Amino acid sequence: MNKIPSALNLGIRRGKLEIIQFARQRESVVFTLLFPVILLAIFGSVFKDTIAPGVTFSQYFVAGMIASGLVNTGFQALAITIPMERDVGGLKRLRGTPMPASSYFIGKAILIAVSMIIQIALLFGFGLLFFGVQMPTEPSKWLVFIWLVLLGSACSTALGIAFSIVPKSGRGASAVVSPIVIILQFFSGVFFVFTQLPAWMQQLAAIFPLKWLTQGMRSVFLPDSFASQEVAKSWETGRTFIILLAWLFIGVFFSIRKFRWDRD
Amino acid sequence: MNVIEVKGLKKSYGQVHAVRGVDLSIPAGEIFALLGPNGAGKTTTVEILEGFRNRDAGEVSILGFDPKNQGREAREWRNRIGIVLQSAADAGDLTVIETIKHFSGYYSNPRDVDEVIAAVGLENKSSALIRNLSGGQRRRLDVALGIVGRPELLFLDEPTTGFDPEARRAFWALIQQLRGTGTTILLTTHYLDEAEALADRVAVINNGLIIEVSTPAELGGRATSKAVVSWRDGDHIKTEGTDNPTSVVTRLNAQFGGEIPELTVTRPSLEDIYLTMIGGQNE
Repeated sequence: MNKIPSALNLGIRRGKLEIIQFARQRESVVFTLLFPVILLAIFGSVFKDTIAPGVTFSQYFVAGMIASGLVNTGFQALAITIPMERDVGGLKRLRGTPMPASSYFIGKAILIAVSMIIQIALLFGFGLLFFGVQMPTEPSKWLVFIWLVLLGSACSTALGIAFSIVPKSGRGASAVVSPIVIILQFFSGVFFVFTQLPAWMQQLAAIFPLKWLTQGMRSVFLPDSFASQEVAKSWETGRTFIILLAWLFIGVFFSIRKFRWDRD
Repeated sequence: MNVIEVKGLKKSYGQVHAVRGVDLSIPAGEIFALLGPNGAGKTTTVEILEGFRNRDAGEVSILGFDPKNQGREAREWRNRIGIVLQSAADAGDLTVIETIKHFSGYYSNPRDVDEVIAAVGLENKSSALIRNLSGGQRRRLDVALGIVGRPELLFLDEPTTGFDPEARRAFWALIQQLRGTGTTILLTTHYLDEAEALADRVAVINNGLIIEVSTPAELGGRATSKAVVSWRDGDHIKTEGTDNPTSVVTRLNAQFGGEIPELTVTRPSLEDIYLTMIGGQNE
């Protein structure tokens, strides 16, 4: 008698299957992957000013777009699509097989990571070619960038899975999730310069991960001189790491304890 | 040891007592049908057995495992069972063969994928996207995913709802084929003819209790109930209830001196018996 496959092995198989399924939904592929580029094109064309010496709005905006891409692609997409999968009975079917929940979660994490990599590559490509976005040159900044993407992606995936228990049905999920994400984007300084927002907005945003992701991305894409213009007069890299990690644990905890496979 | 052993199973939702003390013993290799109207406690019972729902009271042993347990042992247990649920409409963007191949990877000792596709008669659709399958084809895919892990026990929940008569016959042949492999099957259905065609034994459940467990032929005293002989006598259709229909027919044969006009001899159908049983309970 063979042994049943390991959770990690099945997770990787799930990841492949998730990618195939995602790739076959052409409209959503184009929309998901190109949405940040479209936003960059709009905002980059409207705001041509520099916000600090040597810092164009496009440069500032790329940082915000990568951060909010992590939230859109992970949290928002999962909190909407998982209730839809639940509605059509797909999750209940999986629950009846020997595949463990962790494999399902690993599969989602792989899908989100892959689609983030593609999204970032597109954003870099368009940013470099058309909007004069400058890439960081110091290796230390790239290091920060890599852990921010990995941690942010994991955090966003875990919170999206956890939040999927909130919408009662797949049909209503978008109406519950999308406003939260849009408001969070405004509060967290994705579309506007964070320090120009009212103090109460800044304080509220500081509870949630998007503000820290955005600030972290600014530390990668803006010159260090800009750090003095942040609320704390610094990039707060250590604090960003700790807060994202805390949210990752919260997401994983609720995903494991509260995940719902069935409609009722 | 029985594959399914249930004693005193109870489950309430608030004030509603969905299951009020169900006992079941199902030996290996049997096809067992659970019949009952909507809201009788059928689905709740089966979902507790499948490990999808918690129970309030009672003992449950499925292949020697209590389905309320979780973790590693539950995975080993799920490796030995197959579940075909009602109406799933997932994975529309995958092909038939991709999906079956993927699910086969969940199990330690899966059936050959092509063999499974052939068994459910989807050879011509193996590279079709699931969203393009007809209702009957989808249902056959559901069964394929239920049996690909080579289960010792298969749960089939209303498998042929929405089938045309031809598709139902084909489906029944598939289930009978599975019987040949020694798979134990717990079937829930609304269709009495389905239970009669497939099941070794049937249980009728109503108001959260099992009213009777029997073979389809003997349910509700069907085998021993009076036969009804009817024939045309002039302008009238005459009927006579009897324990000895053969002697009635012999008598009529002599009386008419040959062919008896519009002769029928009937016993109550499974459906008649079933409706009497659940009707009596509901009053």
